[in-house]
Amino acid sequence: MVAADGKPGILDRLAAGETLIFDGATGTYLQNNGLEPGASPELMNATHPEVVQGMSKQYFDAGSDIVLTNSFGGNKFMLERYGAGERLTELNKLAAEHARSVAPEGKFVAGSIGPTGEFIEPLGNVTEDELYDNFSAMAKAFEAGGADAVMIETQLAIDEAAIAVRAAKETTNLVVMSTMVFDQGPRGYFTMMGVTPEQAVEGLQEAGADIVGSNCGLGIEKMVEIATRMRAVTDKYLVIQSNAGMPVIQKGETCYLDTPEYMAEHYGKLADLPINVLGGCCGTTADHIRALIQSVRI
Amino acid sequence: MPITHEGLAREFEFVTNPGEQKHISEAIDGTAPIMQEMAYELIVGNNADVDRLTQEALTEGFTANQVLDDGLLNGMAIVGVKFRDNLIFVPEVLVAARAMKAGMTHIEPILSASGAEPAGTVVMGTVKGDLHDIGKNLCIMMLRGAGFVVHDIGVDSSPEDFIDAAEEHEAEVVGMSALLTTTMPNMGRTIATFEDMGMRDEVRIMVGGAPVTQDFADEMGADAYGDNAVDAVDKAKDLVKLLAELKSS
Repeated sequence: MVAADGKPGILDRLAAGETLIFDGATGTYLQNNGLEPGASPELMNATHPEVVQGMSKQYFDAGSDIVLTNSFGGNKFMLERYGAGERLTELNKLAAEHARSVAPEGKFVAGSIGPTGEFIEPLGNVTEDELYDNFSAMAKAFEAGGADAVMIETQLAIDEAAIAVRAAKETTNLVVMSTMVFDQGPRGYFTMMGVTPEQAVEGLQEAGADIVGSNCGLGIEKMVEIATRMRAVTDKYLVIQSNAGMPVIQKGETCYLDTPEYMAEHYGKLADLPINVLGGCCGTTADHIRALIQSVRI
Repeated sequence: MPITHEGLAREFEFVTNPGEQKHISEAIDGTAPIMQEMAYELIVGNNADVDRLTQEALTEGFTANQVLDDGLLNGMAIVGVKFRDNLIFVPEVLVAARAMKAGMTHIEPILSASGAEPAGTVVMGTVKGDLHDIGKNLCIMMLRGAGFVVHDIGVDSSPEDFIDAAEEHEAEVVGMSALLTTTMPNMGRTIATFEDMGMRDEVRIMVGGAPVTQDFADEMGADAYGDNAVDAVDKAKDLVKLLAELKSS
């Protein structure tokens, strides 16, 4: 499918054998630019458009092919906690428009969807239909705002992630990507809800995702292990977005210490697997993205 | 053969650490069949059965303490081990905790009327700026199951919220939770506020949450770090003991 501007789309580029480059952290950037801890990042789409656009621009300038929208918590359940449940379509559409407004030709915008934090009945209080409608509304808002793709990321439960994938696939024309976040326990890698890397690949692909993988998590060395396991069970497209290590506290502030150079070494290993789409998560900056590009495009 | 209930015996096989095997088998050994059945139904999360068995046991003349110790807590001990060892995950723990709650509904009024001494008093909350409560709620259920009185001050709790609740309830332990890396530093700020208010020696403070580590807990001056909900209970017991020692010395 070609992109809206008539240029080859994400899947065309991947089919041609390219490795596409994602962006770095959103939350870390926004906190460094005026977001108070605990405030809603999504409301900044309305209150601080220049900050959100500036974030996307610096990642495009660094060479990112795909940039995520500022909408990780833009689901109705999280927005309701900030009294902004009614503004779901407005805020998610704005998020896509901000990234699109600074996207050079041939570059892509992916609408970010994080976990809702809810459990599906009978474990929790929400129904599958409620979740489906929520995710569909988000995806449609991204599409209306000019996004090319949706990224259902940092997912913990396969049922919720699969509903989001299906909602995006069935109610929009967006490319659908999805990633899960793994912890390391005594028996290896599992999400908080007990999903293994192999089960994530299988479950997300079965729901219809075009590109699947892992994000956030435990630092890039562990990501190489997770990606290797994922690559062993699929020939289809994989995406990895890694943190710049585990967070540490220095002088009362949260810091991520993995340098661009250190991460670049491991990005090379990921590209060799191959992982088709590579990017950063918490703690990564435009410098990490520049180092990533150098490591995979020489 | 200490465990006569077949299902519970199968569940006990998941306990592989020799020390824990000894501890748990001693606790189950010789308990009545209805207690073993209750423990089993709790582990597999059948809250309707736990609800029914608890009432039956009380009608048959078992005490509330027997129901708690021989039935519910023995089940919860195995749930804790399975959770820590990655044999079950958050969904299974949530249904077990729900079953625990179903049983507690019947015995709590009896226990509190009898004036039994609680294991300790804990104030629990998610720190300022953080709206996540799954982990905190799991810890609270486990703590209550272990006999603690827990005051839940909810999410987005300021240092003052923690201090006010600790004073009001004369809590021995304050538990703070954070999921976001950005709100983790608010744990340190809360501890600093306890110091500023001259309250630091009155309580012991424990912290937990996905991004929190022992190093981080040390760095900000917490008294304990709970790696998971089971660990939180162990740490809370240690802290209650520690505080009593500190205050008597």
